[in-house]
Amino acid sequence: MHPINLKNILLICIILACGLGMPMQTMAQADPLIEKVSQKLAQVNDYVAEGVMKTDVSFIKASLGKVKVYFKKPNLLKVKKEGGISLLPRGGVSLTINTLLNTKQYTTIPSGTQVLNGKNLTVIKLIPTDDNLDWVISTLWIDPVEALVYKTATTTKENGSYEINMQYGEYAKQGLASKIIFSFNTKDYKLPNGITLEFGDEDPTAKQKALKNKKGTIEITYSKYTINKGIPNNIF
Amino acid sequence: MWSLIQIELYKIFRRPRTYIAFGAIAALIVVIQFGLKIDGDAYAGFLMKDINDTLTVDGKVLNGYLICYILLQLLLVHVPLLVALIAADMISGEANLGTLRLLFTTPYSRTHWVIAKFIAASMYTILLLIWLAFLALFASMWIFGTDDLFLMKSNYVVLIEQSDVLWRYVGAFVFASFSLLTVTSLGFLMSSLSSNSIGPIVGTMSAIVFFTILSTLNIPLFNIVKPYLFTTHMNNWKEFFDIKVNIDNEAIRGSILNIPKIKTSLMVLTLHIILFVTASIIIIKKKDILS
Repeated sequence: MHPINLKNILLICIILACGLGMPMQTMAQADPLIEKVSQKLAQVNDYVAEGVMKTDVSFIKASLGKVKVYFKKPNLLKVKKEGGISLLPRGGVSLTINTLLNTKQYTTIPSGTQVLNGKNLTVIKLIPTDDNLDWVISTLWIDPVEALVYKTATTTKENGSYEINMQYGEYAKQGLASKIIFSFNTKDYKLPNGITLEFGDEDPTAKQKALKNKKGTIEITYSKYTINKGIPNNIF
Repeated sequence: MWSLIQIELYKIFRRPRTYIAFGAIAALIVVIQFGLKIDGDAYAGFLMKDINDTLTVDGKVLNGYLICYILLQLLLVHVPLLVALIAADMISGEANLGTLRLLFTTPYSRTHWVIAKFIAASMYTILLLIWLAFLALFASMWIFGTDDLFLMKSNYVVLIEQSDVLWRYVGAFVFASFSLLTVTSLGFLMSSLSSNSIGPIVGTMSAIVFFTILSTLNIPLFNIVKPYLFTTHMNNWKEFFDIKVNIDNEAIRGSILNIPKIKTSLMVLTLHIILFVTASIIIIKKKDILS
């Protein structure tokens, strides 16, 4: 009989911790479908996308505007309207599928399947492992056959919740959407008449509409992607 | 007639008082532009507090077009008072000096003189408006640059593309000329009723202040008379900066939300001008010149 000393107990503990803990962690992080999606997205190091942006917020009257979307790995993203003022959901626009998955700092939880627009999609929840990330939880609706994400719902720490719906076309092979719809909650908008100097000339229909609809959407329809041509960092 | 107008223009522009309005407008605009150039971001941040809770606004919000809109909102309420300084003195000033009797002994009829005086006063008003447009719009465009017009109204925001803005300002200034000509004609009417300068000037200013307050108060009793007050319609130049949206809430480029409102206001203002000038002519024709 060998005496059980402190050194041996410590060794057994380390072996047990590696033996039980590691497989659990690996199971949670390396969801094969997420890996498949990540691999698809990994083909794209950077892109410049041209498109048309539509802002639909109840208290905003804005016309369609041409935009350029710049993306660079791992999570740099910028939307620029060509020669004009652009309105984007606060903090939400940067939470695209590329920026979520490229951080690699998340745990995955499979959450079954759901039918969305006639497609049978796998639902996976992502929980960040890095406390410094802005988002708290994100749910992804993924087509398991094409490895394309059709919808994400993300809750952030400071900027509320966002839903992003995606449609695919010509650039589906690289996992890039042809149309993205950001949905977000809007807060009340009201400026005192004393500031706007609009005494007694309110538009009652706009007021009524603003009260009814508290959900805003920003829709970007992409016409062209320029992929992996390099983008200088000063763009972002 | 043109020689009569020239004589009246000469009289207007010979008086130092004429240049007070030009100086006052220039001083006000320069001070506001200076303030916004130095501390405009803080002002824009205050205005956009509610929007910034939901959206990130990227671009040059505080550009020349928005500055001009802010200036017009502030100045088009007060410029009528400056117009009254000249318009309300056109006839009564001469009556006070005793030169009106001399004028009416010339071969030209009293109607000719009154119309010539009104046209000269109107030309002064238009020049004042052009001066305002030059400083408020073009100088602001030069100092602050241009971009889309991001207008924050009480209940909603209008974002107008920069290529869709300039013609709206042309429309707004044409509309403002009708507003100011209404004030000119009112001053003219007051002037025809008096034989001293101060009374009509103060009377015109008081009428503008009184009716402006009535127009801005949201009391049901006053709402009945509001549509008939010229001050209610004077502010409708802002309608040029409100656009229609389609069923998908997309702003329709080049559209104006409420064209009938602009037409009605122009009609009411024109009727006021005709009424005031006609009344002035009738009063002067019947007036017994005693000074």
